[in-house]
Amino acid sequence: MGKEILSMRDIVKVYQIGDEEQTVLKGISLTVYEGEFISVLGPSGSGKSTLMNIIGCLDIPTSGTYILGGRNIPELDQKQLARIRNREIGFVFQSFQLLPRLTALENVELPLIYARVSPSKRRKRAEELLIRVGLEDKMYHRPNQLSGGQQQRVAIARALANNPTLLLADEPTGSLDQKTGKQVMELFRELNNEGHTIIMITHDPNIAKYARRIVKILDGSLIEGTEDDVFREH
Amino acid sequence: MFSESIKMSWQNILNNKMRSFLTTLGIIIGVTAIISLITIVQGLQAEITGRFAELGAGKIAVQAYGTPLKQGLSDNDIENISRIENVAGVSPNLTFISSVARDGEVLENVHIEGKNHTFFRYNPNLVSRGRAFNILDMESKNKICIINQAVAQKLFFGEDPVGRKMQIGGTTYEVKGILNEDATSDVMSLMAGTGSDYRIIIPYTTAMGMAGIGSVSSLEIYVSDTDKTDEVIDETELVLNQTFNFKDGSYRIINLDSLLETMNTMNDMMTAVLAGIASIALLVGGIGIMNMMLVSVSERTSEIGLRKALGAEPVSIQVQFLIESIFLSLLGGFLGLILGLLISWVACIAIGMAFRISYLAIFLGVGFSAAVGIIFGWAPARKASMLNPIDALRSL
Repeated sequence: MGKEILSMRDIVKVYQIGDEEQTVLKGISLTVYEGEFISVLGPSGSGKSTLMNIIGCLDIPTSGTYILGGRNIPELDQKQLARIRNREIGFVFQSFQLLPRLTALENVELPLIYARVSPSKRRKRAEELLIRVGLEDKMYHRPNQLSGGQQQRVAIARALANNPTLLLADEPTGSLDQKTGKQVMELFRELNNEGHTIIMITHDPNIAKYARRIVKILDGSLIEGTEDDVFREH
Repeated sequence: MFSESIKMSWQNILNNKMRSFLTTLGIIIGVTAIISLITIVQGLQAEITGRFAELGAGKIAVQAYGTPLKQGLSDNDIENISRIENVAGVSPNLTFISSVARDGEVLENVHIEGKNHTFFRYNPNLVSRGRAFNILDMESKNKICIINQAVAQKLFFGEDPVGRKMQIGGTTYEVKGILNEDATSDVMSLMAGTGSDYRIIIPYTTAMGMAGIGSVSSLEIYVSDTDKTDEVIDETELVLNQTFNFKDGSYRIINLDSLLETMNTMNDMMTAVLAGIASIALLVGGIGIMNMMLVSVSERTSEIGLRKALGAEPVSIQVQFLIESIFLSLLGGFLGLILGLLISWVACIAIGMAFRISYLAIFLGVGFSAAVGIIFGWAPARKASMLNPIDALRSL
């Protein structure tokens, strides 16, 4: 097994809704090693989105430690968190989240802009990435000129832009039909084979099975499992 | 990074052309108002100052009403005044009405002015043909005169009057020169407003003898150093107080420079008031910008969330929105600047005065609009930078 890149200990997240406190994550511990491909499988309301926000440094836990890239995330300020999101994490969203006014190339360049990469290097890197995801002939298309599968490929290229430690995908096939969803999952597999560490959040066991390791989240707690366990319970 | 922000802001403004234009309209109107008002008022001020400088700068007018014992100023008193420090010369005014005649042609009720050589020295272009008076004419009380075109046409039709004779009040005078009507007449004669088309000037010493008056009731003092005008006035008061035995209301001193100062102060006040009113338009424009920026922030909530997820620091989000609002208001500022200059140019032509670009107005217009952009863009930009990326992403 590779080196440890992410380690969570007793992560608790409590939301205050009016007078009531709601504990969404009840002491989650998770360790991820370099080169892993993990699915976090759970139904809606299980706390998987909250977990993904915490892993993605978009949110900080109420208590517990979360070490990513050698730093304890809950101790960092907004500026440092922005840096971590920029350099260490590549996000892939269910709804692609591409900026409609920008071309595919410009969308891929966004994280590079915030990493203060020079314009010429930026362009070169974005081109390489779009070629890598098979969109060499769509570089100057805008999102509305691309199919759902192509848009998600642009989003994956963007997630890879700063060569992050971790690819974090939230229901990456949720807005795609089965066939294109499968193609996107194949791409994730390839990327994992090339050495990228991937965490994927999904409610769909058929998608989860593309991962090499599956953890289930249910009512705010994690259960380690294998593909077989997963299928037995569903 | 910064250039990206500028590019993005510009694109955003272009994507909402109509909305951006309507938003900047407030700024355009405010800046237009400020610039045209300041340009026009400053132009007027310059015009007035220029005319005053031509007519009466460095000149002090004295009206001597006298006392029952002493009717006016004698030659001796005039001599005393001209000896005051920084006085370059003194020119007495004497006016009386007489009839003039030549070869049976008679003009009744003509204003005859008595002047000295100093007067002509300080109004060098007054005589177009012939010659002005000199000190010898004063001392020997020569019977000579300088007439204007109207008199020349009436009495010397078809002839050259210079060197010919005419009668003033029954005495024969030789015409020595013709007045140049185009030359700026001195402001004092304008104010005195003889109102007559006919104008004849004779040496004041001759005039005193003719009118049978022993004193002068009005004179002008020419100051050699305009910074010393106040000192000259003080000294003149001293001399006049002694002359008239400190009697109240026996004389009056009019300083054109102080008149000009009063006028300029009034102009400045007017500029300030008008600019104040115009800046209300600018304030309203600023609120418009703020409103549009708030709309823009809520429209682009998910974009902001995404940018944050991709690693944009709060500061870079804030800078981007701030640049956008500064851009918008500067755009309005420049349009207002062009419009304001255009309006004041047209107004200057209409009023008939020279168009002067006021750098103060340009500075104010551009500076104000940039300030409006920063002040009214700050809150929306701050709001955008503080958005929680999770909520922002979810809003899609």
